[in-house]
Amino acid sequence: MDSASLTAIWLTCKLATLVTLLLLVIGAPIAWWLANTRSRLKGPIGAIVSLPLVLPPTVLGFYLLLAFGPNGVIGGLMDRFGMQRLPFTFAGLVVASLLYSMPFVVQPIQNAFESMGKRPMEVAASLRATPWDAFFTVALPLARPGFVTAAILGFAHTVGEFGVVLMMGGNIPGKTQVLSVKIFDYVENTQYEKAHWLAGGMVLFSFLVLLLLYGGRKRGTWSR
Amino acid sequence: MEARFRLDYPGFSLDLDLCLPERGVTALFGPSGSGKTTVLRCVAGLERAPDGFLSVAGDVWQDETRGRFLPTYKRPLGLVFQEASLFPHLSVRENLEYGMKRAGNKDREGFDAGIDLLGIRPLLGRDPERLSGGERQRVAIARALLTRPRLLLMDEPLAALDMKRKLEILPYLEKLRDELDIPVLYVSHALDEVARLADYLALMENGRVVASGPLIETLARADLPTALADDAGVIIEATIAAHEADGLTRLEFPGGRLYVSRRGKPPGSRVRCRIHASDVSIALTARDDTSILNALPATVTAIAAATMPGHTLAQLRLAGENAPLLLARITERSRAMLKLAPGREVVAQVKSVALL
Repeated sequence: MDSASLTAIWLTCKLATLVTLLLLVIGAPIAWWLANTRSRLKGPIGAIVSLPLVLPPTVLGFYLLLAFGPNGVIGGLMDRFGMQRLPFTFAGLVVASLLYSMPFVVQPIQNAFESMGKRPMEVAASLRATPWDAFFTVALPLARPGFVTAAILGFAHTVGEFGVVLMMGGNIPGKTQVLSVKIFDYVENTQYEKAHWLAGGMVLFSFLVLLLLYGGRKRGTWSR
Repeated sequence: MEARFRLDYPGFSLDLDLCLPERGVTALFGPSGSGKTTVLRCVAGLERAPDGFLSVAGDVWQDETRGRFLPTYKRPLGLVFQEASLFPHLSVRENLEYGMKRAGNKDREGFDAGIDLLGIRPLLGRDPERLSGGERQRVAIARALLTRPRLLLMDEPLAALDMKRKLEILPYLEKLRDELDIPVLYVSHALDEVARLADYLALMENGRVVASGPLIETLARADLPTALADDAGVIIEATIAAHEADGLTRLEFPGGRLYVSRRGKPPGSRVRCRIHASDVSIALTARDDTSILNALPATVTAIAAATMPGHTLAQLRLAGENAPLLLARITERSRAMLKLAPGREVVAQVKSVALL
């Protein structure tokens, strides 16, 4: 495997790890809110979070590019505060991936919170635990299987993205050229052997992730 | 304890105004759907009645006219749910300590006394999932008590258990009743549990309290609301006087004696027994040509309609000082034949007595 491939793999791992960690932190409160709210906004917010599930990645990437570009709403604001523009940077990739992988993290956590029901939190309150205390000492531990699933799905999905990355990040080696883009790059230049190494590796990786996911679920090793 | 809650849900409304004693076990009894559990949830602060009021032992926990509502975690109460609600990610000991720590209870002796009272010392190191239903419920009760609550709430704690487990846990609840000095609000739809455990009874129907008062008095009322009528009967507190040679046990109470089949408790023990209205018949004179052993002189105090067609419920006061009341369900025809009316002296024949 050549160094360009290794660079792409390293960049992909860095991106996926960072995005997964950030998403677990951001996704938990969103999932909690969605699982417990009786607000009318539950439907719309849930739909927005899930949009990336159905949208073609290029659509999401296109609008992100516009929004964060110099003439975009967010891009303009960032310019005014002297911040670095996001398109075609690693930070831009992180932001785009956060949005794109959000549903894969929020939904398993939300399911875990929902299947837990209200009872554990009520019991905790009757034992004098404040809501925050109960969230960290009861809800989070009980939802652990959901967090594990969320982390695996979020990581794997970020590794596999292509359209959003290409739109928002472009194809800059060492900066925004992730694995999936690199494969595309090789194929375009008919370097099939190099593409095989990466593509085959992805197949193996994905298989192992799913094996971990379903195998772990079946044995119930995450129930505690 | 004083509670006033009004709640309106689609298809159900609760309208409650209740004053309960600050000691002993109060049973909130009624058919399912009568609102018992909702009352309990309101008391716990898990449900908020928009213009509710609640004070416990002189402390106001909720007074919406003054905008006061203590959230559950600030109320010094213990709560035991129908199903075991132990935290599955914590061991039995950690479950017990969860509430203790947060309630600031550092009393190790109290901890020891609590776990011994409920007989759970051998379970401390185990995981909740490796406990039987009865064991889990005992741990849940201990966990609630270790927060040193000023009020214990129990929501059908035995309903999810089979008969064997129920019988295993009832003696613990009786011990609790005798040793706790805090009020207990006990929700149940099982009259046998209530008869055995409660001191005070609040009868609920369709979101309202239809009768409340000391258990023995209330169960002996002839004008019973329909919730109880099919199962009408009284409770008598008696002392085991002697185990006689022919296999019978003699119970004594103010105003009489009853013979029941032999039971294990030693002479001198206090017991409760239940006499169903359908097991009591009425004669005008004492007879000695009958197989019924338990015949007690009494005076009719009230007559009321029974829910069963053609039947009547007669309330009788047994002869003697402080003697208890009995209920007898007889046919309307017998009532007319014997010309039964308040004041009439009769003999109550008791066909069977259930020792609780």
